[in-house]
Amino acid sequence: MITIYVRRRAANFAILSLSLLATAVGLLVLFLILWTLLRHGLPALSVAFFTESTPAPGNAGGMINAIYGSLVMTAVATLVGTPIGVLTGTYLAEFARGARLALVVRFINDILLSAPSIVIGVFVYGVMVARMGHFSAWSGAAALAIIFVPVVVRTTENMLTLVPASLREAAVAMGAPQWKVIVMVVYRAALQGMLTGVMLAVARVAGESAPLLFTAFGNQFWSTDMNGPMANLPLVIFQFALSPYADWHLLAWGGALIITLAILALNVAARLIANRSSFSK
Amino acid sequence: MEARLDDPAAVTAMGLAPRVMRRQRLGDALFRGLTKAFAIGVLLLLGGVMVALVNGALPAFRKFGLGFLISDAWNPVKDNFGAVPAMYGTVVTSVIAMVLAVPVAFGIAVFLTELCPPVLRRPIGMMIELLAAIPSIIYGVWGLLVVAPVLQTTLQPFLIDTLGNVPLIGDLFSGAPYGLGVLTAGMILAVMVLPFIAAVIRDVFLTVPAMLRESAYGMGATTAEVVRAIVIPHSRVGIVGGVMLGLGRALGETMAVTFVIGNDHHIHASLLATGTSIAATLANEFTEAVSNIYTSSLIALGLILFVITFVVLAGANVLLWRLSAREST
Repeated sequence: MITIYVRRRAANFAILSLSLLATAVGLLVLFLILWTLLRHGLPALSVAFFTESTPAPGNAGGMINAIYGSLVMTAVATLVGTPIGVLTGTYLAEFARGARLALVVRFINDILLSAPSIVIGVFVYGVMVARMGHFSAWSGAAALAIIFVPVVVRTTENMLTLVPASLREAAVAMGAPQWKVIVMVVYRAALQGMLTGVMLAVARVAGESAPLLFTAFGNQFWSTDMNGPMANLPLVIFQFALSPYADWHLLAWGGALIITLAILALNVAARLIANRSSFSK
Repeated sequence: MEARLDDPAAVTAMGLAPRVMRRQRLGDALFRGLTKAFAIGVLLLLGGVMVALVNGALPAFRKFGLGFLISDAWNPVKDNFGAVPAMYGTVVTSVIAMVLAVPVAFGIAVFLTELCPPVLRRPIGMMIELLAAIPSIIYGVWGLLVVAPVLQTTLQPFLIDTLGNVPLIGDLFSGAPYGLGVLTAGMILAVMVLPFIAAVIRDVFLTVPAMLRESAYGMGATTAEVVRAIVIPHSRVGIVGGVMLGLGRALGETMAVTFVIGNDHHIHASLLATGTSIAATLANEFTEAVSNIYTSSLIALGLILFVITFVVLAGANVLLWRLSAREST
């Protein structure tokens, strides 16, 4: 009797210890990455880092052209992707619950959500870069927008579905047409959740590098020409970290630090907003 | 109700002029059509990606035929290409990632649902999810400049000295410790897909009815026994779905793998040796491809990757959907 009891207790202790260990491993990796970024990245941050363009090896310089490129392309992707994502999500949640078209769209959207981003880069290369004959910031922004949309579709649909039917019914009973019910009542009720989705999508595309390799391409110099190749943080990090030069490594660490902090901050903020929203648990 | 709205007299009696009604219906139809158009646009996008990839890959398939899929050649000088080395690297790194990540993700899910004090559940869960938010490029830089040198001096010599001498599997762990290579790429991938798998498994664990759990505890079961006999059987479908979702992510992961896999188009028996993956090959060579057949072969690789991940992710979504359908009934 006792031995069986002891054995069961021992097995329980062993398994729970392993699960604790697994969680510790996950958290440890997160802190190791952040600590490494801070240790190597902080020394790189200087006034020049935020005011000068990427240098040739051995010269002083900064990342302003890459920071500008990342901001502009992410902004364009956001401006294009948000309305497309919101309207598609609206169709799924408001007009077509259970309809076959909605099922297919939702299925495809969930796949696009996890599809390899490098393939999106190849696609945009084929339809934009190859036709235009040169790399451009527009094509980079287009690739980012394609990755942006599925995230917003998913969160918009989820958030609209959470809005209680009684709110819609109350508005309909007041004589409002359906589009007014959706735009002025449902959107307003789900606004925090939809904002969360947009913030998560911004965080997702801001760190994307694979789809920019053959679209925005990168540019060593300051450029605001959307029709030409443009620098961006992830690609500069890629290029500089793989180079043999110590000063390029330092800049890469600095860039890695600021882009990671920005993305993590967006994620944490989005989750805090979502937790406060009255419709999510 | 519909009949009365079509009757002008009744509508006027309700205080609504027919003109207003018509305008509102037009507005509704426009808004509905607009949202539907964008929804169809998402479908067209996927179709467009497929068409563009097939179109771009045609010259390669026309020249090499289906032999492209079984050839291990990769010679840009002679314009002779095959998909096997890249496919091999993609599959092997993903398998390594799954072998390492699934048990850990499982442990995290058990910890978060059974062991963790409720106050800490949200913060710890969120920190694990933040691992998924870190950009792939950061994992690449970290893997190349921090992890690989450490592995080169610690884990890899250890594996060569121990497992390297075991018959049958010894070849997998032979050779020199480079730091970079297939095993390192698999390990970095494991960290990257860990949060996705853990989140899905945790969510399905939470769908186990409290009554089932409490009944088992009431019978005197230990926590481990409850997990094994109640929680896991109840969430089997979801677990498989979560693992497939992670696999789909691992197969298509690009930048982190590109940094640490070594970009070598030769297949080596040893996991410690360098290799390449489909995504890494595209990232490295696409802008350097000079001949049309070279570019086309790369696009063909992209098509293969897209089809594989599409199938895996579709499977994952079907499983996870069936689960949520079961839950809502």
